[in-house]
Amino acid sequence: MAIILSAKKVIKRFGGLVAVNSVDFDIPEKSIVSIIGPNGAGKTTFFNMITGFGKIDEGEISFEGTPIHRLRPDQITNRGISRTYQNIRLFPDMTALENILVGQHLFLHSSWISAVLGTPRVRAEEQMALEEAQRLLNFVNLKGKGDMLARNLPYGAQRRLEIARALATKPKLLLLDEPSAGMNPRETEDLTEFIHRIRDDLGIAILLIEHHMRVVMGISERITVLDYGEKIAEGTPSEIQSNPRVIEAYLGRGAATEGMANAHERYSDNKTETPSQ
Amino acid sequence: MRTSFGERLLDLAVNGFLWGFRILIVVIVVLGTFLTIRAGKYTSEQWIDFVVFGISQGSIYALIALGYTMVYGILRMINFAHGEIFMSGAFGGYFIATWLTGIGFMDKYPVFGLIISMMFGMLVSTLIALLVERIAYRPLRGAPRLVPLISAIGASFFLQYTFRGFFGPGVYAYPSMKALDGEWIFFGIGILKVQIVVTIAAVVMMSILYSIVMFTKIGKAMRAVSENKDVAALMGIDVNRIIVTTFALGAAMAGAAGVLYALTYRQVNFFTGFTPGIKAFTAAVLGGIGNIPGAMVGGLVLGIVESVGPALFLDSIGIPRPYQLKDAIAYIMLVMILLFRPSGILGERVSKKA
Amino acid sequence: MMIKKENLIWIAIKTGLLSGVIAIFLCLIGMIEVFSKRDVIEHIITLGDFILLVSAVSAGIIAARAASNPDQEKQPLKNYLAGALAGLTTGILIIAFIGLSQTINLRSVFLSASPSLFKLLTFKGGTSWIWIYPSIGLASGLLGTTLFLLPEKFRQPITRAIFITFLMALFSGLFRVIMINRAGSIAKLAKYLFGQTGLTLSGATIFFVAIIAISMFWTARSKNLQEGFSRIPKAGQTSLRVALYVLLAYVVIMLPQVSGPFIAQVVVIVSLYALMGLGLNITLGFAGLLDLGFVAFFAVGAYTVGLLTSYGIFGLQHIPFWVAVPIAVLVAMMFGAFLGLPVLGVRGDYLAIATLGFGEIVRLLAGSDFLAPFFGGPQGIIGIQKPCLGTLGEFLKVDVPRICNGIEFGGPKEIYYLAVASAILVAFIALRLQKSRLGRAWMAIREDEDVAEALGINLIQTKLLAYMLGAAFAGLGGAIFTVLVGSIFATSMQLIVSINVVALIIVGGMGSIPGVIVGAIALIGMPELLREVSEYRFLFYGAALIMMMLAKPEGLWPSQATLRELHHEDPGEDLDVASSQAKA
Repeated sequence: MAIILSAKKVIKRFGGLVAVNSVDFDIPEKSIVSIIGPNGAGKTTFFNMITGFGKIDEGEISFEGTPIHRLRPDQITNRGISRTYQNIRLFPDMTALENILVGQHLFLHSSWISAVLGTPRVRAEEQMALEEAQRLLNFVNLKGKGDMLARNLPYGAQRRLEIARALATKPKLLLLDEPSAGMNPRETEDLTEFIHRIRDDLGIAILLIEHHMRVVMGISERITVLDYGEKIAEGTPSEIQSNPRVIEAYLGRGAATEGMANAHERYSDNKTETPSQ
Repeated sequence: MRTSFGERLLDLAVNGFLWGFRILIVVIVVLGTFLTIRAGKYTSEQWIDFVVFGISQGSIYALIALGYTMVYGILRMINFAHGEIFMSGAFGGYFIATWLTGIGFMDKYPVFGLIISMMFGMLVSTLIALLVERIAYRPLRGAPRLVPLISAIGASFFLQYTFRGFFGPGVYAYPSMKALDGEWIFFGIGILKVQIVVTIAAVVMMSILYSIVMFTKIGKAMRAVSENKDVAALMGIDVNRIIVTTFALGAAMAGAAGVLYALTYRQVNFFTGFTPGIKAFTAAVLGGIGNIPGAMVGGLVLGIVESVGPALFLDSIGIPRPYQLKDAIAYIMLVMILLFRPSGILGERVSKKA
Repeated sequence: MMIKKENLIWIAIKTGLLSGVIAIFLCLIGMIEVFSKRDVIEHIITLGDFILLVSAVSAGIIAARAASNPDQEKQPLKNYLAGALAGLTTGILIIAFIGLSQTINLRSVFLSASPSLFKLLTFKGGTSWIWIYPSIGLASGLLGTTLFLLPEKFRQPITRAIFITFLMALFSGLFRVIMINRAGSIAKLAKYLFGQTGLTLSGATIFFVAIIAISMFWTARSKNLQEGFSRIPKAGQTSLRVALYVLLAYVVIMLPQVSGPFIAQVVVIVSLYALMGLGLNITLGFAGLLDLGFVAFFAVGAYTVGLLTSYGIFGLQHIPFWVAVPIAVLVAMMFGAFLGLPVLGVRGDYLAIATLGFGEIVRLLAGSDFLAPFFGGPQGIIGIQKPCLGTLGEFLKVDVPRICNGIEFGGPKEIYYLAVASAILVAFIALRLQKSRLGRAWMAIREDEDVAEALGINLIQTKLLAYMLGAAFAGLGGAIFTVLVGSIFATSMQLIVSINVVALIIVGGMGSIPGVIVGAIALIGMPELLREVSEYRFLFYGAALIMMMLAKPEGLWPSQATLRELHHEDPGEDLDVASSQAKA
């Protein structure tokens, strides 16, 4: 399968701290890939670098064969990468529909002058955008919620709205940052199915950051494990589950790390499934 | 790929503009300085006068700037009403100084008279600052940044026009102190007594504040709160009390500055606080906002540049009455710092997104 | 939860003290004395009295509210006790203040603590005031409690009636002027209802009763009315709306003919501020960029028109106003880009200060001797040509000074049409922009800049457009202002103008276009109409900014999204549906 995104020898430093150290990483087209690792392993930093929010210090990130690490975030989105956030970042005082319409920004071309004049083309375009937005709302099970302010939606609906907004940019690669955080087991199951649906129906490659091992193991085709900014393992879910370095990273490095990792697992899922099991 | 030509042009325009702006300012400064020095229009006594005036003015800015910087350090908020707090100190000092002059105390004990006036100005400023904090700022803690800023702008105008209501739109002339008239001669150069007294008083106030912040328990707590409010609270620090103390200390400095400013200019009116307020903010940003020594350095730099600038940079490049543009120099410095180095001279690098 | 009796008394006293302090504050800033020159009810209550009364009555209301227990039955006795105590305390505090003024010379510090103030407060001397204040305070406290205890059904019409009657009283001089020049019976009616500065007693009674009646009738019937409207067939609804618009248009067109130049001038100024407000609403309300140097764009518009049309010494050209205006708008836009470019990267509160700095630099430069050869410096630019609507030949003529053979927009009565039409046009443009792709991008930037960028919005381009369009509107305002006044001075480009605009947006509702217009009418129109109020307008602005931030950050007329949300039916129920759908 063709590679859609590839990172080569990527290094990111914050002062003296090396947050991401010489990581190589590939995402095949139309695949579901996960990054896991203990807290502070550099996962979100890695996400930010792909989407252009943190400039990388060394190395190269290329998307569909062209380097993107020098582009601005909006340019990267324009190439076809979109993302969600760990702590949901909707536009809280805009309605659900408007949130999605903002996501369509790149595909609407009317200038402000024609918008002021209200030309037929602008109207047709707006009409199409609205229909598309409604379609996306339906796709994420938010039918009829278009007029609600985003901040007043329930938690799960906000998560789905954020994904819908990301999908509105028509990405080829979708980055999900802990999509199951704060969800109950039932909702988590729905989410897993939903992610599959995005890939199967829309043909979008998906990169996940996830703490929730049941989701990760159930859904990913490949998993990359980061620890202290370094890639310590890569492979299919079963390979990762039996990889000794991964087990060490999660369990073996002193009581504090272990305690934290376990606490986190227990917090995010009642029936904990650590890689060691 | 749609990174259009237009977009690239826009990027170019932004960068080009910023560089053009820098270059223009540098050219004016360098060319102006060169021409002025070559023309030799000003004597060295005049230059010394400019610098001394700049230092005394700058030390007042520094005193006011401390209030901005400390409040910003703790609450990440621009206390827009700080200029009015400063003005209220000048008014407080005015009434007590007039009274002391009236009963003859000021002429007999000028030092004590001055100290009493400053103390009273500080008291008035502190009280008003605490009221403002309680009514207009405290309920808005944790709100989006624009909200307390707008409230502060409101407080600023409310105070200005309250004072206008209390004392009318007229200008109050400060009583003249015989002890401060005239000059002292150093190495054959006469320096106005007022300027020396003002500078010394400001330096004393700043040292007091600095020792409070650095060496007392409450100062330590203040520094802790400005590092991280939540952690400080976990350590058993009463964050609210620290915030109030910070406002009070900053206001006291502004009050003292108000009296000193009024001694220099011999007058006070309800609008007195506005311009020095903005300039002191400039000083605070110049030194790196949140940074106490930075505010002091920033104040001095601003005072000197503003005092020397019109003659040094502008006079010889054909600008008539350059002193009209004295304030413009300060504002241009303000804009330049905000644009090019928002962390200030001494500030650590603050991310743009902070 | 039971409120203890000691607590209750203390709360009541505290409320009374607070309202008393406010009353004394108002006396000391001179407001009471100034306001006492205007009657609310002729010869009976002055505006000053009214404000003191309101402070005592609200003390009563607040104390009564504090005394009542939300989960219990109302206990009128307790409420009355609290209300009375609060009112009494207010009264006693005022006595103490007057007493103090008799022993100490407050005037030596407070300019407004003048003999005339105390003459007013003591009812021209004597000692009768000693018992008047506590009894009025007591009565007000009881009145406040009664208001509080009344059921909603009655309370709302009464408070509404008080408020509207008060407004009628404030503007009664205006109504009187308009009506008194009409036919005999209308003039008689005017004299019957309106005094020189306030309502007559009979007028006040008539308004008060009428408003209560209408209000109660309305609340009872409003549902029926709405239903009735929706039952009318679609075509009928449309024609009804059209009729309403026609009526409105007729009023707008006829107003200056009926009311005279003063009112026209006030409307012009309100429209100009609305123009600027709509401009700043784009940068601040939509895109969330606080610009405190907004007056700079106004100045650019004004100076451009001035330089292009003036027949004074600084006029570069003498082209007609109608050609100069589009140029001025374009120049203002370019200037918007010029100031916008450097500050694009600066965020939030720093941006506010940076723009403030720019605004001041522009004013200082425009007024300096350095640029005086171009902009007139402190002398300003005078002799600005009035707009003239004539034939094309007229239009192309270049004699100086131009003589207008067509319709000349010479005074406020004519410029009124220009200003109102521009305001309507700009409001329309703003409305269209708000609903466009660009409007959504602005709002996204306001809400979360990073996420907006991650969704493909080019921050530089979008912010720059916000600056440019905002500047264009302000430039138009400046252009019209110039021809209204006929001259330009750098000193009129003060920071306070920017603050005015910020205040009217905040009060009206950030991001709300009708809010801007409401804000302009309330904050600019009212002080222009009421000379007494205008002296304290900036005090009001300051207080309004603080109070809006504390109590109602969304403004008097919130933007559509907020409104839509408020009208959304029972979101609680919807949430359950949503989550059950999600699970399904």
